[in-house]
Amino acid sequence: MGIEASVSPWLGKLSLSALPTDSVVAMGAALIAVLGALGMAGYITWKGKWRYLWREWFTSVDHKRIGIMYVVLALVMLARAVIEALVMRLQQADAVNQSGFISAEHFGQLFSTHGSIMIFFMAMPFLTGIINYVMPLQIGARDVSFPTLNSISLALTAAGAALVMISLILAPFSTGGWSGYAPFTELSFSPGVGVDYWIWAVTLGSIGSTLTGINFAVTLYKQRAPGMDLMRMPLFCWTALCTSILMIFAMPALTVATALLALDRYLGMHFFTNDGGGNMMLYANLFWLFGHPEVYIVVLPSFGVFSELFSTFSAKQLYGYTSLVIATLTIAVLSFTVWLHHFFTMGQSAHINAVFGIATMLIGIPTGVKIYDWIFTMFRGQVRFPTPLLWGLAFLVTFVIGGLTGILLAIPPVDFLVHNTTFLVAHFHNMLIPGTLFGMIAAYQFWFPKAFGFRLEERWGKLAFGCWVVGFYLAFMPLYVLGLEGMPRRSAQVFDPSLRPWLLVAAGGAVLITLGLAALVLQLAVSIRHRDRNRVPVGDPWDGRSLEWACSAPPPEYNFARIPQVDARDAFWAMKQSGTAYMPPPRYDAIALPQSSAIGPVLGGLALAAAFGLVWHIWWMAGLGVLGSIGAVIVWTFVPRPERTLSAEQVARTEARWYAAIAEATPASRDAEHATSNRGLAQGGA
Amino acid sequence: MNGRIHPGINLRAGDQQPTTEGVMFGFWVFMMSDAVLFALLFAVYASLSGNTADGPDARQVFKLAPAALETGTLLLSSFTFGLASLAMKYRQSMAWLQGMLAATLGLGVIFLGLEIHDFMDMARQGALPQVSGFLSAFFALVPTHFLHVAFGCVWIVVVMLQLRVFGLTHTTRTRLLRLGLFWHFLDIVWVMLFSFVFLRGLL
Repeated sequence: MGIEASVSPWLGKLSLSALPTDSVVAMGAALIAVLGALGMAGYITWKGKWRYLWREWFTSVDHKRIGIMYVVLALVMLARAVIEALVMRLQQADAVNQSGFISAEHFGQLFSTHGSIMIFFMAMPFLTGIINYVMPLQIGARDVSFPTLNSISLALTAAGAALVMISLILAPFSTGGWSGYAPFTELSFSPGVGVDYWIWAVTLGSIGSTLTGINFAVTLYKQRAPGMDLMRMPLFCWTALCTSILMIFAMPALTVATALLALDRYLGMHFFTNDGGGNMMLYANLFWLFGHPEVYIVVLPSFGVFSELFSTFSAKQLYGYTSLVIATLTIAVLSFTVWLHHFFTMGQSAHINAVFGIATMLIGIPTGVKIYDWIFTMFRGQVRFPTPLLWGLAFLVTFVIGGLTGILLAIPPVDFLVHNTTFLVAHFHNMLIPGTLFGMIAAYQFWFPKAFGFRLEERWGKLAFGCWVVGFYLAFMPLYVLGLEGMPRRSAQVFDPSLRPWLLVAAGGAVLITLGLAALVLQLAVSIRHRDRNRVPVGDPWDGRSLEWACSAPPPEYNFARIPQVDARDAFWAMKQSGTAYMPPPRYDAIALPQSSAIGPVLGGLALAAAFGLVWHIWWMAGLGVLGSIGAVIVWTFVPRPERTLSAEQVARTEARWYAAIAEATPASRDAEHATSNRGLAQGGA
Repeated sequence: MNGRIHPGINLRAGDQQPTTEGVMFGFWVFMMSDAVLFALLFAVYASLSGNTADGPDARQVFKLAPAALETGTLLLSSFTFGLASLAMKYRQSMAWLQGMLAATLGLGVIFLGLEIHDFMDMARQGALPQVSGFLSAFFALVPTHFLHVAFGCVWIVVVMLQLRVFGLTHTTRTRLLRLGLFWHFLDIVWVMLFSFVFLRGLL
């Protein structure tokens, strides 16, 4: 799309030609986005909830609320990216020896936004949200170490996501894929604003993630309850710690890569250009120096989730806890040693390829250890199969298949043959869908009753699970075949009619996955409607083992009236066994809590303005955003922030309600977890 | 909850100060992340420093004397900041503390001025960031440090104002402590820059 002279000097490159009027599909998507946003705003206005949302949610610094907002953001972005995937699959099935229903340019934007959203604005917010919600509860803390910083991180991530959504209406987005490879993304090959959208959206997301990593790591090191030494932490906390460390060290590489690309594009420098002494391989190295650890940033939290699930639903302690910790640490370290396998075919020597090929295969060892540990955790356990565990089982099988194809790809000669085909697409979806998405959906199903005080409807959950898993196999197994047949990835059209049957199967799989997503939405709607019969106010519906189950559902804002003393691994389970769970403390103390703060949403808004101004070369807006952010932070440091104190009586009153619920509830056996009689008091421990 | 106090603030155990462990540790972790950013910019510079694309090379555009003067200025500012930290720790007069901060700020501003002069000098010789990969990498690495110092100067002004408004409270003390870490960190980065960019370039 050409950039015509702008309407006004105040609007930079922005003009009416930015509206995607040349494509029905793109225009439809823009309309859906606008109507969706307007509809949501109208609904909130009609309900008169703006004030409530601002005071109780947007300015909240409570880790639980921030976690929930992260997950909501992730689910909204998931919906967009799944629909984009569906459109791409339908296009390829349609475009055999014909142009199909969308243009090649539009197809390029689709796979770029699909990838960028799925990684930066679905996976990252989802795992950040789950860790935010669960981790402080699991270590027996009141909140994360820096609650206000937590709110700022969320706002920056949301600003990045908003920028991608805006690109739907004021197009175009980048066609450079989620990795934004130079020199294609340089000005000489991509003169429009698309790459700039990508640069600033990703930069906002990565700054948010760096801050989050710092926050989580410090929380895990400094806020653990007394007695909770590192080797007593639930495995989810271990994976959260390793993920945080990876964020702290890997995210700067992305920030450097996007910043230098921006310098090339905005100031005519020569980092990654073909001429002027630039070096495009530098981009590939910087990007994957971030990008490979990123793969483990998104997969490790799921490993933690599955560890909790297998242990809880087998009513057994985790098999090989120590080996799982060591395997997690090993994976975190190795993740920094393999980035070069992303460009085996870009010209380095065979020796270097061999070294990185072997380093890559090594990751199979700790991962294998984990798989066996999870299987042995179930062995001779009292296993039951509610929805969250089903996702775990699907993960075990599917992830191993993906891992084996990964070992194939780690052999450089094989990689030379298939790396630019749909075989690769199949491989990484085969890792990321079970390894990240299934884990995150399982986490959502598992901890939902804790967060909202009622269970999700099991029947809709199983339907969603079936659609997702069957849809996954139908959508991606054909891509292995297509890749081996030589079908290139990222192609808008296909010229070999013999590939069509496989493409049709894959499109059918995409439809099924979309239905799976719809089933998840319906599950939520139905569960909210029937929430009264599914309430679990006591807070332990699954016979849980770690500390997050030791408080009411939803937990009070201070989490624990008294910070628990931890004497064992599986701390809550040990309390239930020794009969010390649900024992009211001798007395309550006043609890100091941090004040809500508007600095997060204010910075998010200013950052969005800065990024939007930069994309469209609207310099006054960019300047306002940047200087405004600095000014806002300075002003904020002058505002005194007295802590809010909950008096001992208020705590006592809140806790009394919970103890009343405990007294009322009859313990539920494991087999009756889904009966309405389950009020969140598990029999196992009682 | 870890109740340890921080040796930068507290002289004796039992000193009545709230815990500072979390904020200080958090800032160290932040600086590790920032150090990775600098390390990568150094790596970028190392890989592009030979790519002069018919433009000037390091030997033609770097000058040792100004770089050495800048090094001296920044080292001296770290020393004055050290005196400020001691003034805070041993509870000397507020005027001395503010004076040492002002001296640090002055030296920081002189450093920025010297660097701007250097950049202008290079520009006059046609050594602009758009000329070659080498100069692009130089102008990414050294001005990133420059921006950090400029940010540090703004921060010193803010903290000096806050000392006036709030006095030496727990909050201003820990802010001063973090600012000090940041300032010394920039000194270390500059020593690296001086060694690996200027000295190596002129060798």
